[in-house]
This record gives sequence, structure tokens and C-alpha cells, in this order.
Amino acid sequence: MTDTSPRTTGPGAGEAVGAASGNAVAGGADLVLTGVTKRFTDFVAVDNLDLTVPQGSFFALLGPSGCGKTTTLRMVAGLETPTEGEIRLAGQDITHLKPYRRPVNTVFQSYALFPHLTIFENVAFGLRRQGKPDVDAAVAAMLDLVELSDLASRRPAQLSGGQQQRVALARALINRPQVLLLDEPLGALDLKLRRQMQIELKRIQTDVGITFVHVTHDQEEAMTMADTVAVMNRGVIEQMGAPMDLYEHPMTTFVANFLGQSNLIGGRVLGSDGADLEVEVHGTRLRVPRSRGAQDTGEVWVGIRPEKVQVCAPGSADDGPRSRLAGGVITDASFIGVSTQYLARMPWGQELMAFEQNTGAHEQFRVGDHVELRWVPEHTFLLDADQDANAGVERVDEG
Amino acid sequence: MTTVASGRSSIGKWIGDHLIMGIGLLVLLYMFTPIFIVVLMSFNDPASRIGYSFDGFTLHNWLNPCEPNGMCDAVVLSVQIGLAATLGATFLGTLMAFALVRHRFRGRAVANVFTFLPMASPEIVMGSSLLALFVTAGFAGVLGFWTILVAHIMFCLSFVVVTVKARLAGLDPRLEQAAMDLYANEWQTFRRVTLPLVFPGILAAALLSFSLSFDDFIITNLNSGQAVTFPMYVWGANQRGIPPQINVIGTAMFLIALITVLAGELGRRRRG
Ligand SMILES: Nc1ncnc2c1ncn2[C@@H]1O[C@H](COP(=O)(O)OP(=O)(O)OP(=O)(O)O)[C@@H](O)[C@H]1O
Ligand SMILES: [Mg+2]
Repeated sequence: MTDTSPRTTGPGAGEAVGAASGNAVAGGADLVLTGVTKRFTDFVAVDNLDLTVPQGSFFALLGPSGCGKTTTLRMVAGLETPTEGEIRLAGQDITHLKPYRRPVNTVFQSYALFPHLTIFENVAFGLRRQGKPDVDAAVAAMLDLVELSDLASRRPAQLSGGQQQRVALARALINRPQVLLLDEPLGALDLKLRRQMQIELKRIQTDVGITFVHVTHDQEEAMTMADTVAVMNRGVIEQMGAPMDLYEHPMTTFVANFLGQSNLIGGRVLGSDGADLEVEVHGTRLRVPRSRGAQDTGEVWVGIRPEKVQVCAPGSADDGPRSRLAGGVITDASFIGVSTQYLARMPWGQELMAFEQNTGAHEQFRVGDHVELRWVPEHTFLLDADQDANAGVERVDEG
Repeated sequence: MTTVASGRSSIGKWIGDHLIMGIGLLVLLYMFTPIFIVVLMSFNDPASRIGYSFDGFTLHNWLNPCEPNGMCDAVVLSVQIGLAATLGATFLGTLMAFALVRHRFRGRAVANVFTFLPMASPEIVMGSSLLALFVTAGFAGVLGFWTILVAHIMFCLSFVVVTVKARLAGLDPRLEQAAMDLYANEWQTFRRVTLPLVFPGILAAALLSFSLSFDDFIITNLNSGQAVTFPMYVWGANQRGIPPQINVIGTAMFLIALITVLAGELGRRRRG
């Protein structure tokens, strides 16, 4: 019943794309956005977006509130028409296809459960509209999966927020679409249930092999669940890649600050020496592997993650090559259990962060202590100095 | 000390609870006294024709409701007009409400204001200008059922539009989008999601239309020609002395309204 032969479906052609009613197509069912722009009167919500989501992958769209995540999903779902650009699924242009002709389902940010229908009928809705057989059995199995079998005859208003969210998930997932769009599906859950659902979601995704596009502003959620994370800011994708890659190789100050935290110190590239760049930072020379530089000449931001910084007493011994910045004075030391977070004021006035694991192997410092900051040179990264060093700093806190 | 304090507060609480209850009961009494009188009078056995006093109990009125000459014809006419006006006004008004809420078109704001106008203008003015319209349009000779119906649909329309519009405006558009996302085409979305959710508003509008139509006197009286509706009959009868059967009709109407409301409430409870 699945149809893998390429079909060209022009805008408005009266047929559903590919396996609108069937299981995911094997291979080549990538979701591709090309030059997609969405303008609301004079406001550009999504700006010339290029995006490829490989079939069967778990793709996370991460970004601060108002950056255009929901708008992007709505265009893929067909609930919003792009002002410009093209959206393709499995090679077919779906840019102007009606929502009900797309093999795409959405878990809405606000759930949008049908208040006049029972939970059972909510979940059965998509199958019934497609005229599928054995609806009852499929719904029962789905409700079982999201552990809501007991509540099948209730109405949405009689459920807790977390339960409603699971209904929304079940209602979309039961259709086995080619692409499942999830708009912050776990936002209303408490931390414990959220972790549980994250594992569950990931398991379901792996089992059924459906492409998930998961919108969130919880960076931890994005990194733990997704194969690929795209960091979005003001309607554009700042950077995209595997979670670890993104974290270790931020290419913009926004990504460096939004995904985890970063110390960004003003510096200048003096020249290169084989595989290394020589960088001057407020009178100190540092070596940075060339591969770690998003920029390799002129003014740069020298970046280092706080957990990679070691706080040491001046002149103490090293156990390997280290980059070092001397002359720091501790201005704050917060003990938070697993680690201690230090702020050290440097001679040029900037306060740098350092997170030390409480392994007991390091010396503890107090406010006022003179220290030296050290790190493995390979952990340094260089960013274009034209950017705002504080971009993405005020990220939305979890919870 | 503590006992005194708690004693005082419990007295205060007692007064608070029961005072509010008492006031509530008085207000209800105020509202229901006239209805109680109507029910009572439907069992009246009047000594004279102009009797407004309760002279004795009888079931005669209930057993012979159509005794007064022409009264039941008037009731039947009112019910017919009421049903037809309800149907017409609810249908047109619902369509108008959808257009006003869902579509952006030129003149939408003006149309919104104009639908309010009939509600705001005095009935006597509307009635007389309608009459002028019918007469100049050459319908002077055929004033009756149809002219009354046209008039009733007109003034019910505003109420329907306002009622349905309120319900529709409170409907989250994302519900319809979710339906479309779940493979429902436009018609199925309307049939399965929009209509069921807006239906309580439409039903309320229909009930309101019927009761507005059923007891309208001023506009009807001006445009009725030879036809006599129930309110007109009562008005006429009042000149000569009200037959107790009018109270039977009144009580019956009240009971029907009560049952409708209770049934609606019960249905709502059952649905959760
Ligand atoms: N219908 C609309 N008309 C005008 N502006 C809109 C409309 N829908 C969205 N916007 C604007 O587009 C921008 C992006 O909105 P969007 O809903 O995509 O954000 P988001 O990334 O999903 O944010 P959040 O994390 O808060 O859900 C916002 O600034 C929003 O105000
Ligand atoms: Mg959103």
C-alpha cells in the first residue's frame, strides 16, 4: 500500500501526497525547506530558512520565545502559507497543499483537544476521517501506550495538563504520519514526568521510525533527545548539527551562550604557527588549534566553556599543556552540591566563570583569593568579533 | 477569650450565610410572584367577567382551554409565526455571524454596527416604519401572517447574530486547524468540530427568537392587518375582562420553558 514511486504533485492537485494514509515510506522521505520566508504584514517571523530533516530522524528546533519555531512548524503542517520558498516532502512539493492532504500531524503547543469529544474519540478522530478499519483496537492500543486507557471515556476538561498533553500526542501519533511535528509537547509537565515522557518519546520514535520535528526551548531536552539540533534565532537558523558538535563547536556567540554558557573574551589573532593560531588576549598569548576557529584573522572572541576552566593557585604545577590567564581574583564562589561555581575578576575587569566538579581533587577557593585560570588549549574556540558577546545570554530558564 | 472570639465569628458567619440566603430567596420571590399568580389564576372560577380576584378553585379552565372565542386560533397563529420566524432568523443569523467573525471583508465593521441597530431602536418606531414600507410597497391589502413573519425575522435576526457571534468568537481557531491537520476536509471540520461547538449558541439563539416572536405585541399589532396573535388577543380581551384560560396558556408556556431549560441542563450535566 505504500507508494515509493516519485509522483509530481503540483500545488492544489487533488490527491494526497505519497502514503498520506500509510506507513512511512522507506528511504528518501526527507523533509526539505528551501528559502522559506514568512512575513506577517511587516514582521518577518521566518527569514529565508533552509532546512533538511532526514527521514526517520529526531530533529529538534531550539530557540528563544518568538524566534519563529511555531511558525515554521505551521508552514510544514499547512496551517500557514509561506510568503516565499518551497517545502518538499519525499521529493514532492507540498508548499500549497491543504493540511488534510499532508502526511503530517501536529502536537499543538496548546494541545487543541476537541472539548466536545471523549478522549477515545479525540484519539480516533484522524483514523475515522481517513476511513480506516479497526479504529477501536488501534485507539485502545494507543491509549495503552500513553497510559490513558482508564480515562478513555472522559472529556479533555476532566484531565490534568500532563494527561491532556499525552492525549494530544496519542491523537497525532496514531495516524503514523511521515512527519510528526511536536510543538513543545512536554512544556506543561513537571520535571519527573517530563524526563519520563522524553524517554518514552524517544523510544516511540525509534520504534516507529517516524520523522520527529520537535520544537522546544529547553536545551537539555533538545540535546538529550535529538539526532540533530537546529538553533533558531529571530527567524533564522544560527547553527545546526549533532548535539555534541553544536555544544563543542559553537559558530556564533548566540549558540555559545544559548546552548550552555560560555566565557567570551576579546582577543586578536596574531598569526599562525602550523596547526595552531596564536591569539593575544589582554596581553597574554594563547594557542588555539586552527580547527577551533570560526574566524582565523583579526579581532575575535576567544571562547571557553566554564566547566572546562580549572581554577588554580598561581604558580601551581600542570599535568599537561594548558592555556592560562593569570591575575584573577575570586569574586564569588557558590557551592551547588555537585560543583562549585566561581566568578573570577580578571585584570581587564571582566568576570569569567569556572565550574569545578566537587571531586575533592581540587583546592577550594574563597572570595578574594588570587587565582590563575587554565584550560586545555583544544577546548578554546574562536568566534567573529563583530557579534554581540551577550547574544542569547538571557535564555529562558527551565521549568 | 478564644471562645468569645470564635463565638462571635461563628455568629457573624451564621448571619453572613443566612442573610445572603434570605436576600436571595426574597429576590426569587419577587421574580416568581407574578408567575405564581398566573398559575393560581389558571384555576380560578371567576364570579364575574371582570374578576381579577380568586373566587374559587376549578379545573374547568384546564379542561376547556379553547372555550374563549378565537383564543386558541390566536395561540396557533402565534406558535406558527414563532416557529417560522425562529427557523428563518436562526438560519440567516447564523450565516451572518459566521461571515462577520470568520471573514475579513470590506465594510465588516459597518455591518457589525448595523446588526446592532434594530436592537437599539424603539419597537414602536420600527413597527410604524415597517408598516409604511409594506404600504408603499403595495402590501397594504395582504397584511397578515406573511408581513408579521417578515417583521419578526427582522427583529430576531440581530439577537441571533449577537448570540452566535459571541459563541463563535470564543471558539479557538486552533481546534479547527487541529481537525484539518487530522485529515478532516472543510466540510468534515465544520460538521465534526465547528458546528457541535457552536451549537449551544445556535440553540440559545433559537429559543430567544421564539420567545421574542411569541410575545411581541407592538410591531405585530402595527403590521397584522386582520390577523390576531396571542398577545393581541390578550390585549383585546383585557378591554372586556380577561378569561381565565389565558392564564392556562401562560402557565403552559411557562412549563414548556421550564422543561426545556431543565432538559438542557440535564443534557449538559450528562455530557460532563
Ligand atoms: N498571525 C500572526 N500575526 C503576526 N505576527 C505573528 C503571527 N504569528 C506569529 N507572529 C509573530 O511571529 C514571531 C514568531 O512566532 P512563533 O509563534 O513562531 O514563535 P515561537 O518561536 O514558537 O515562540 P514560543 O517559544 O514562545 O512559542 C513572534 O514574534 C510572533 O509575534
Ligand atoms: Mg511556539
